[in-house]
Amino acid sequence: MKKRATRKPKADMQPVDGNAAAGILSELFIPDLTAARAKCAGCGVTRTIGVLLVYAHGMGTVMRCPGCDRVVMRIARTPTHVWLDATGATSIAVAAPR
Amino acid sequence: MTSVGAAPKIVWRFATVIDVVHETPETRTLTLDVPGWPGHRAGQHVDVRLTAEDGYQTERSYSIASPPDDSRLALTVERLDDGEVSPYLSDELRSGDKLELRGPIGGYFVWEIATGGPLLLVAGGSGIVPLMAMVRHRDIALGAADIGARHRLPVRLLYSSRRWEDVIYRDELASLAEKDATLEVNHTLTREQPDGWTGFKRRIDRAMLEAVAWPATEQPRVYVCGPTPLVEAVAANLVELGHQPALVKTERFGPTGGSV
Amino acid sequence: MSLISRGFRGRRQSADTAGRLPPGQYETRDFPVLSAGPTPRTPLTAWDFTLRGADGRTAHWTWDEFIALPRQTTTKDIHCVTKWSKFDTVWEGISVDTLLSEAAAKGIASSPYVLARCDGGYTTNLPLADVMGGKAWVAFMYNGAPLPPEHGGPARLLVPHLYFWKSAKWVRELRLMESDTPGFWESLGYHNYGDPWREQRYAGDE
Repeated sequence: MKKRATRKPKADMQPVDGNAAAGILSELFIPDLTAARAKCAGCGVTRTIGVLLVYAHGMGTVMRCPGCDRVVMRIARTPTHVWLDATGATSIAVAAPR
Repeated sequence: MTSVGAAPKIVWRFATVIDVVHETPETRTLTLDVPGWPGHRAGQHVDVRLTAEDGYQTERSYSIASPPDDSRLALTVERLDDGEVSPYLSDELRSGDKLELRGPIGGYFVWEIATGGPLLLVAGGSGIVPLMAMVRHRDIALGAADIGARHRLPVRLLYSSRRWEDVIYRDELASLAEKDATLEVNHTLTREQPDGWTGFKRRIDRAMLEAVAWPATEQPRVYVCGPTPLVEAVAANLVELGHQPALVKTERFGPTGGSV
Repeated sequence: MSLISRGFRGRRQSADTAGRLPPGQYETRDFPVLSAGPTPRTPLTAWDFTLRGADGRTAHWTWDEFIALPRQTTTKDIHCVTKWSKFDTVWEGISVDTLLSEAAAKGIASSPYVLARCDGGYTTNLPLADVMGGKAWVAFMYNGAPLPPEHGGPARLLVPHLYFWKSAKWVRELRLMESDTPGFWESLGYHNYGDPWREQRYAGDE
């Protein structure tokens, strides 16, 4: 199971892993982006998108660097569009299909 | 089912509920028939979308419990009293109903035979679901192989539950472990234990991991899944024990803050 | 059109509380927490609040100075763009009118727009007119107790006549701007203004 609520009252919203954003990213990209590597514009470290911390805010998906907490990517879905701001990633590298 | 090259486009599909089974008092397994299902890898999940008559919609993600080798899809759902979706899936859904889902999703938290081992799986509560898909896949894929193949891909599972009644797939894990010496299942029951219990009785900690896990020198592939605090603590302990962070994959459950 | 899930009702109340619910909303009795990041935990000894003019001039308050300002208690309905509304929420804080007049006394000129800036990096933009005239506060008490961190404590902006994403949590600065600068959600497809009564959720909604 994924993203199940914990039984204790939810005082603080805990982040989940980057792979939780795979669904909405699949609306934007054909290759699986959670296996891609992103360079954080904040600290300069390159990490697999799957390890970014995903805050599933009801208004959108905010993905933060686990090292420096900076927003790397943020995504919102409106009735007509999916919006992506990836300015927190200096670069994103997706492995070429075999 | 192997797939090379670009991933298939993920689309919403209508699945038919074949069966709803009570695994434990709080969990149910939904068996689904999904026409056109492109196949999946162990560890992946689906997004489920529910629509009320007035058009209100909500989505949740659920790990796939069934291995890629099965023709039907199985999802195991934990029923939360204050949940919006899980009580519906647990109590209302009946065989013959349709469910809208898309997937398979997630290329990061996946394991297949080619990934290799040894394999260390650490589960907290309903975190067992994607790991069970891995255990089942390994069993089926190695089924006809020589015993050497199993020895080259041994598995240790450490599974934390509150009580014996809450252990999901309990009997299946016992029977798999009984017939397969290369699959080791360790339970810890954190709230209550049955009479005569000789296993662990506490939350997973460094000492328990040290006792149960493969040593870091074996370079096991590690998958940790469960509530966020458990996953963070286990991952930190494993790194302290010398495991390379790149070999430790985590899937945290958090509060359902709506669709991702 | 999606499949209708037989028997699914969702969490909403079926009865409308006549007249109080903006279109598309349902009433909730709890207070959901929506977070875009880790909860900031600024100690009160480090906390300060700034009102900054377009020319860079600032009025500045430490926590002790801030809570010594004349405060107000207000009871309001709040409306989140994710469709929940909560009635009769009780807040205590400093009216933005008070902060603006203190700023004016220091010679800070007014500007037509405001950008709220917060710990954790969140921003939201509003017309100045929408934080004046008794419409907005910087609130530090909720339901008679100090505002908890997960709900924006030590202090959050409170602008209840707009969707609640404009009531920025962990607010530290109100910056007066000559031009309107879309904030965190406004730059990602959400409506620039956000009037719940006209259901202005997304960019392009009338």
